[in-house]
Amino acid sequence: MADALSVELKALTKQFGSILANDHVDLAVQAGSIHALLGENGAGKSTVMCLLAGVYRPTSGEIFLHGSPAAISSPRDAVRRGVGMVFQNFRLVPTLTAAENIILGETHPLWRTRAWMSRKSEEIRTLAAQLGLPFEPHRPLWQLSVGEQQRVEIVKTLYRGADIILLDEPTSVLTPGEADQLFETLRTLKAQGKTIILTTHKLKEVMAVCDRISVMRKGKTQATLEASATDEREVARLMVGQDRQAPRPRSNRACGPLQLRLDQLTVEADHGRRALDSVSLDVYEGEIVGIAGVAGNGQRELAEVLAGLRSWQGGRVSFRDEVWRTASVRQSIRAGIGHIPENRMRHGLAGSLGSVDNLLFKAYRNADRSRFGFLRTVGNRLWSQKLVEQFDVRTAHLDAPVHQMSGGNQQKLLFAREIHHQPHLMIAVHPTQGLDVSAADGVHNLLISLRDENRSVLLISEDLDELLLLSDRIYVLFAGQVMGEVSHDKADREALGLMMAGVSTKETV
Amino acid sequence: MAWRFEIDPAGKDSPWWVTAAAVVLAFLLVGLFIALTGKDVVAVYLKMFGGAFGTSFGLTETLVKAIPLLFCGLGVSLAYRIQVWNIGAEGQFIVGAIAATAITIYFPHLPAWGALPLMLVAGAAAGALWGYFTAWPKVQFQVNELMISLMLNYVAILLLNDLVFGPWRDPHGMNFPGTPPFTPAQMLPSFGGTRLHFGLVLALFAVALAGVFVQKTRWGYELRLIGANPEAARHAGINLRRHIVVVMLLSGGLAGLGGFSEVSGVTHRLMYGISPGYGYTAIIVAWIARLNPWGIVVSSVLFGGLIVGGYSVQTLGLPSSVSALLQGAVLFFLIAGSIMGKVKLRRSGEGRRWNFFRNS
Repeated sequence: MADALSVELKALTKQFGSILANDHVDLAVQAGSIHALLGENGAGKSTVMCLLAGVYRPTSGEIFLHGSPAAISSPRDAVRRGVGMVFQNFRLVPTLTAAENIILGETHPLWRTRAWMSRKSEEIRTLAAQLGLPFEPHRPLWQLSVGEQQRVEIVKTLYRGADIILLDEPTSVLTPGEADQLFETLRTLKAQGKTIILTTHKLKEVMAVCDRISVMRKGKTQATLEASATDEREVARLMVGQDRQAPRPRSNRACGPLQLRLDQLTVEADHGRRALDSVSLDVYEGEIVGIAGVAGNGQRELAEVLAGLRSWQGGRVSFRDEVWRTASVRQSIRAGIGHIPENRMRHGLAGSLGSVDNLLFKAYRNADRSRFGFLRTVGNRLWSQKLVEQFDVRTAHLDAPVHQMSGGNQQKLLFAREIHHQPHLMIAVHPTQGLDVSAADGVHNLLISLRDENRSVLLISEDLDELLLLSDRIYVLFAGQVMGEVSHDKADREALGLMMAGVSTKETV
Repeated sequence: MAWRFEIDPAGKDSPWWVTAAAVVLAFLLVGLFIALTGKDVVAVYLKMFGGAFGTSFGLTETLVKAIPLLFCGLGVSLAYRIQVWNIGAEGQFIVGAIAATAITIYFPHLPAWGALPLMLVAGAAAGALWGYFTAWPKVQFQVNELMISLMLNYVAILLLNDLVFGPWRDPHGMNFPGTPPFTPAQMLPSFGGTRLHFGLVLALFAVALAGVFVQKTRWGYELRLIGANPEAARHAGINLRRHIVVVMLLSGGLAGLGGFSEVSGVTHRLMYGISPGYGYTAIIVAWIARLNPWGIVVSSVLFGGLIVGGYSVQTLGLPSSVSALLQGAVLFFLIAGSIMGKVKLRRSGEGRRWNFFRNS
């Protein structure tokens, strides 16, 4: 049979608490093909991979491997059945050599002689060379580049006899050159009859290397397409969905003076990868500027630069006619930049402390809150009480640890703190993540009222609905670069979706 | 379906009674061991309690032992507040004692108003320096402070031994490994014929000062933020490195003061084995008090009592290490109790697996 299926999923469902990560996912992957799972973050791609690799077990539904049902019970079981996974964050031990990493988990023999080790190394070297995946098996892993580490991961799965190889966001950590090499490898593997499933949100590479594409959205498979019979436009539309909300009426005011200007901003992340690559953007007074893009394309670094947490390697940051020389959190606070960080419990709040201490975060240095280095205890309590009431934060009492509050109330507390400073610019990163509909609405209203008070908002979000609803202008970030800028009246989901997936609209329109 | 433990790092802190329960459970557990020796458990505990708190001699002795615990416990508690695990109070205490003694060796004829303040400053400075040796590699190279502070203890102990067996040994001491005794001008005054000395006042003053600082000031607030969430503190513009250095200077300085008060107030000379492990016991003292300065007063008196009570049970034919046994048991139950609030036993269909991978 020409199109024998090596992997088939039937109505596969995975539930985490109240969240449905996978909702009756059906998938059929042909043996000896490269199959892509495409979708935005949170679409459920990685969950499918983890179910196949035995990391999770499905809540319901069935997995078939080579036509027969397979209840994969553990990663070890998955390996035994010939399924190998390369995680986005490699599962490797930095201090061991490449060869040691690959044989890790092997139980025999008990006594490993030098001769046995060198035989294994040779074996691994040959295997790697056959696949065109050269690396030095004797080098400690931390000395290898990220691309080489990924090769070690791939060889590890093959060494363990995998014929179905799963790669979760394999190109997210690679430079473009390394990515091209990876695709070459994938083609070689395919030629040897291996089945490859990879997840990604980058359209270009999908079209370049894959045979079939399954698009996922909100935990469901939307469609499976032949790569040769579709185009980027159709795939992008499936990825972002079509339901369009009526845009909120906005006050037709002209925007005020320039507040923030980034000029050719370049930020280097680990391994010399460019997290932000010559990013230029402007934010004017009294507008909400959206930053669209799939997470990991430079949004976090952008927010961190503006909050004073990260230094930049090139370009200029100027805020309200002041050019920043270095990154400094205090400078950013003084300049009037508010920041709603991405992960409120990790970066924004101190969970074990009460509301008063959490509200004081940035205000405690002001004369109203402390005098001669001593906090004004009584005054601060009254002040906190007022803020808590004003922003309708529901808490048992002012000293109750904030991690006991609901996510929506935590976010309100965070907004209370940041808005209290009357920021000129508010940076809100995924401000409605994990909130229910009414809490999300509340956050939207806060952002809109900030704009109406003639303050600026930089809204970084992955949620296109949210961005289209609130933003006056939207910039799209992809791989650290601005793919395009769209004004509100010209915003078009499809064009945004294409840009988010790395396709410049100039080429396609 | 299987039962499993789940760690919830944001879990509730265990309530105050867990601390009390840990102390009670420790006494029960050690009681079991005492019972195995065939002694009457109640009689032994009564003897211990009576020895430590029942007589005025016992009580002052208990307080004498509590003073170094108070200094060291207060010191380590400051570091623990910002999650810097200083276990080097022992070494910081010892170098404090050495530096204070150095003043008596090199400036033997100073009057009391000159000698005592100089010794105090020298002791505190030496302890602070020892603390800095831990802080600097930590902030500069991310070296684990547990390792350095622990190893520096041995450096301090060996330095002490070298001095008291070598250059500083009292020539008229009949080969006893110690320096010549201090002159009265170099001794802290004591209270009415007891061994209880002015160091207690110093220690209580330090406690009061620390209490005000950690509760009321901006600096204390910054420490609280760092302790609760260092990452969030960074987002509030707090300089973590500077705080780590300052806190380690203070932490070491307080332990160093303890060393000064011990040589100048109790032993009146520097000698071999100047600390029977005060710096280590102080770790338990600080935890029992949950790092609260005034709580440390209570817990150090309790542990001072344990040490003194341990001596008194020797008359019943038990070794004084009963008190060491008790200290260990208290710490054991305390740690178990503090983890209790953060671990949940869950029933689930996930199998026996940890959810390390839940990230998307």
